[in-house]
Amino acid sequence: MNGYEAVIGLEVHVELKTDSKIFCHSSTAFGGAQNRQVCPVCLGLPGTLPVLNRQVVEYGIRVALALNCEVARFCKFDRKHYFYPDLPKNYQISQYDLPLAYDGHLDFRTDDGEQHRCRIVRVHMEEDAGKLIHRNENAKAPYALVDYNRTGVPLLEIVSGPDIRSAEAARAYLVELKTVIQYTGVSDCKMEEGSLRCDANVSVRPRGSEVLGTKTEIKNLNSFRAVHKALDYEIKRQISVYEAGGRVVQETRSWDEEKGVTVPMRSKEEADDYRYFPDPDLVPLVISQSWIDKIQQDLPELPEARRRRYRKEYGLSAYDAQVLTMFRETAEYFEECVRLYPHPKTVANWVMGDLARLLNAEQVEIGDCRVRPGQLAALLRLIDAGTISGKIAKEILEEMFASGKDPQAVVAEKDLVQITDADTLGTLVDEVLANHPGPVQDYRQGKTKALGFLVGQVMKATRGKANPALVNALLKEKLDR
Amino acid sequence: MLTKAEVEHVALLARLDLSDEEKERYTTQLAKILEYAKILDELDTADVSPTAHVLPLQNVFRPDRVGPHLPAEDVVGNSPDEEDGFFKVPRIF
Ligand SMILES: [Zn+2]
Repeated sequence: MNGYEAVIGLEVHVELKTDSKIFCHSSTAFGGAQNRQVCPVCLGLPGTLPVLNRQVVEYGIRVALALNCEVARFCKFDRKHYFYPDLPKNYQISQYDLPLAYDGHLDFRTDDGEQHRCRIVRVHMEEDAGKLIHRNENAKAPYALVDYNRTGVPLLEIVSGPDIRSAEAARAYLVELKTVIQYTGVSDCKMEEGSLRCDANVSVRPRGSEVLGTKTEIKNLNSFRAVHKALDYEIKRQISVYEAGGRVVQETRSWDEEKGVTVPMRSKEEADDYRYFPDPDLVPLVISQSWIDKIQQDLPELPEARRRRYRKEYGLSAYDAQVLTMFRETAEYFEECVRLYPHPKTVANWVMGDLARLLNAEQVEIGDCRVRPGQLAALLRLIDAGTISGKIAKEILEEMFASGKDPQAVVAEKDLVQITDADTLGTLVDEVLANHPGPVQDYRQGKTKALGFLVGQVMKATRGKANPALVNALLKEKLDR
Repeated sequence: MLTKAEVEHVALLARLDLSDEEKERYTTQLAKILEYAKILDELDTADVSPTAHVLPLQNVFRPDRVGPHLPAEDVVGNSPDEEDGFFKVPRIF
């Protein structure tokens, strides 16, 4: 890559989670039986008229504002023409010269800690197309089956500026975009279900040059990993073409996940002549400042603002702040815990550590977690009060996670109160010392590691309930005597 | 003037397979239509602002509510071919 730099722009399609489609009342539910969520409008039958779903505009403005865009005061819909069976009308209703929003930016951080800013060129609304299933079993008579359930599902297309300079930065941009959109609550952004889709435009040029090289468009990027790997591959491919004295051909290429290569796609001939014109069936959209203001007011605090606050107010590391803000629900859970138990670093460790481990293992979303913030706070207070040890607390958390019980109840039921009585522990310590003369001798001969073994024996004898600091102190006192 | 090449281009986009005779005929006919539409150029539109729609309407919305779907038999009922509730179409590429 020496001597070259990549120039990358991403086009992202996000499916909005409205109940009904963008121009008709058909359901947007995922996974229904084929062609059972269609009506005359989304089937493109003659004589029907599309009517705009207000929620789509509301959601679109939300995303536009979260991406620091100017929202158009006046915009309209246009017809984009191409002939393909996934499109019953032979045109897709989209927005061409007057998009919903433009001129925004997204700040994001790559794994090396570096901060980046990428321009957002435009955000526009459009309808999704249907799904084709290719049947090529009989090579002599191949055909395709069409399901129009997805036809007319609302999409936002978000076009970045050509500001991204590496495959890793493209991945980081996409992760941040997904996080921001999830915060706005307008989409699930599931790449595996296709509610977040990404195409990439990429070219390379000699470092320092202002001229853009010939770009290729990469499709079929179905995961963050695919974005990273496909761009890495394509950048190297283009450089090797130039190094060999060749020319990069402007074309659309598809990422082949299995082979780990991009391959040219057979293009629809001259298909990029879309003959856009304003859709006469849809009237223009005039967006008032008061509507924009209202949506702005209702926007949640966005991830980057939260991260800055966590570092400044809570004194957390950039890494902790990043992990805790990845999902809005996690951030809100964390903040509620901190409100009830104002030790952010301790709460962060529990939320990112033991709680996250349980959530992952059981595949539970934090919003559905049975341990509520008040209960986690109560657990942490029990540790502070010396009622339980930190180790026992982990066990109690597991029980709380499984049953939804309060920590106090679990402690009482399972008789888990920490043993902090020096006399009781002293007797136990004496027993352990008497039963393990070997390690005792080792310790006295300077092998201080033996202490750990003896502490373990006392903890074992109390089923972990002994106060570890006290056990340590008692053992040392008796051994060093 | 409209050229035969432009007609061929538009025909390709519309997936129309035209014979040579048709191409000639449509070139002449479409040229005449376009010529006629040029009358509009004679209007002085210096004081007319661009418009996105002919009707003085804006912001026509529907609420986000799901309504009845088309019965299964009506969905594929008019299609030339179907399979298991899917529309069946010829091979694409
Ligand atoms: Zn419909």
